[in-house]
Amino acid sequence: MIIGALLGEGWAAMRANRLRTSLTMLGMVFGVGAVIMMLAIGQGAQLMVNESVASMGSNLFIVLSGSTSSGGLRQGSGTVPTLTLADAQALSELPEIAAVAPTLPNNAQLIYASNNWSTQVSGTTPAYLDVREWPVISGEAFSDSDVRSATRVLLMGQTVARNLFGNENPVGKMVRVKNSPFLVLGVLASKGQSLDGRDQDDTVFVPITTAQRQLFGNQFPGMVRFVMVKAKSAEVMDRAEHDMNELLRTRHRIHPGQEDDFSVRNLTAVAQAAAGTTKAMATMLGAIASVSLLVGGIGIMNIMLVSVTERTREIGIRMAIGARRRDILLQFLFEAVMISLAGSLIGVVVGIACAYFFSRFNDALVVVTLSSVLLAFGVAVAVGVFFGFYPARKAANLKPIEALRFQ
Amino acid sequence: MQRPLISVSGLSKYYLENMPVLKDINFSIDSGEFVAIMGHSGSGKSTLMNILGCLDTATSGHYYLEGRDTAALGADELALLRNRLIGFVFQGFNLLPRSSILDNIGLPLLYAGKSKAERREKALFMLDRVGLAEFGERRPNQLSGGQQQRVAIARALVTAPKLILADEPTGNLDTQTGEDIMKIFQVLNEKHNITIILVTHEADIAAHAKRLIRVVDGRIASDQAP
Repeated sequence: MIIGALLGEGWAAMRANRLRTSLTMLGMVFGVGAVIMMLAIGQGAQLMVNESVASMGSNLFIVLSGSTSSGGLRQGSGTVPTLTLADAQALSELPEIAAVAPTLPNNAQLIYASNNWSTQVSGTTPAYLDVREWPVISGEAFSDSDVRSATRVLLMGQTVARNLFGNENPVGKMVRVKNSPFLVLGVLASKGQSLDGRDQDDTVFVPITTAQRQLFGNQFPGMVRFVMVKAKSAEVMDRAEHDMNELLRTRHRIHPGQEDDFSVRNLTAVAQAAAGTTKAMATMLGAIASVSLLVGGIGIMNIMLVSVTERTREIGIRMAIGARRRDILLQFLFEAVMISLAGSLIGVVVGIACAYFFSRFNDALVVVTLSSVLLAFGVAVAVGVFFGFYPARKAANLKPIEALRFQ
Repeated sequence: MQRPLISVSGLSKYYLENMPVLKDINFSIDSGEFVAIMGHSGSGKSTLMNILGCLDTATSGHYYLEGRDTAALGADELALLRNRLIGFVFQGFNLLPRSSILDNIGLPLLYAGKSKAERREKALFMLDRVGLAEFGERRPNQLSGGQQQRVAIARALVTAPKLILADEPTGNLDTQTGEDIMKIFQVLNEKHNITIILVTHEADIAAHAKRLIRVVDGRIASDQAP
């Protein structure tokens, strides 16, 4: 009962000094608003990265051809086509592996009617779409029989479809790739940006055999640039990596101590590292913003200290008519907490509004989550209690007669 | 024999060493008395009043209120005594300027843990008794000095205390208004048997009391009927 009455006394004091109360609140408004907005931006960035990671496919390895070294001059990965379709076949037979997709990418010019577009054309197998978890949204994918007979068919990404066909439906149309006619079998779903910012939809897929024999006919028949490998689950990733290394060393007759002529990379781990970096950035944004919360809290303490000094006589009167120390303490503490509470509530609204406008004008994804709102709000109220306590205790510890005599 | 309401023995107060404000004060006051404490400014009468009101503590000696040694009580117990047993009336009224008259009168009940409805009801009753029923929603500075002092008396009485301590209650009022206030004290003392201790430096104000204690240089110079 007395708690409610003391809340009322605190509320009355807040109302009595409206300008000062609202200026103090403003500190909390900006503090909470900044935290919510920064968390929203950070979480938005995280969500974008996580979407890119998910668009890559899960439990993914890429096995790259090796590098040449001639006379001490070493070339980069994939410069010597050491991986073959037979290697890919052997990898697919490992118990941990769900699917493999040998891939041979190259650049080529595509022509349809009066439009042309240069893009990456990759020879691969139907398994590629499973490995990358990449559905066909219109038409259909090419099949294993297309790979066996090296037919001239292709699948195109959204960017290629838009640039060659505009609003026309590409499925069933013929395009020319390096002057050979190809039938467009299907169009792929949009994948958006990759982690490094490339447009994943600016690509074309053809059967690997077609690429090898008809498009990029090279001196090493049956060679591939890299093999995409999907493991059966996240738990077997380490064992799969080990087994793939062993298998390829055996198949390529690499003796112990000799350097590999291929490399196996865990793409999922790379993606997780990227996600981790973004998370660290988001955390840092939040941490910087919480400094302003702290400043807001110090503002409360400042004003409460002034208020206690100014109202010393009032405190004396209250003590003379029977207020205990605890009553005075609670009254001033409640006042501080109510200021921070009200400031925080307004801050939540301001923060969400700012985050919304930020996303409107910056084309960035922002995500306001309930947990970030609750966190900012909770911290703000705790700050109010913490910084309100010292002035309140100062008020409560005044001696009645000294407070009463204060002019 | 009935125990005295107030009993002071060997009480001294020093603010600085060798500078006594009160020296070896001894007296007792029974329930129902109307006592004036008189002295010039600086005589120590206000300090004595503050100690009697449990607002200040003595340096040495004993002050028994209702038989309890106040030196042995903690801050919260003293606050409780001030709340339940004592009502204060000050020279400067000491009303809270931002609270309404009714809230001012009800404030001691707030610290006694009474509900808002009860506070309001008792405050209205007390306000009516001091003849200001229509001013409940005003602020203190919208009332005259005499009216403010009557509000202060209403506040002092709202917890039904046994003892009223009035420190120069007429000091800021004109003679006629002061007279009116003194009449209220007389009624409280005679009709309601409330013990009243009045601190003043004016002889004609002190004349309303039934007993006069003169304080000179921190000592009791005389203690008699006026």
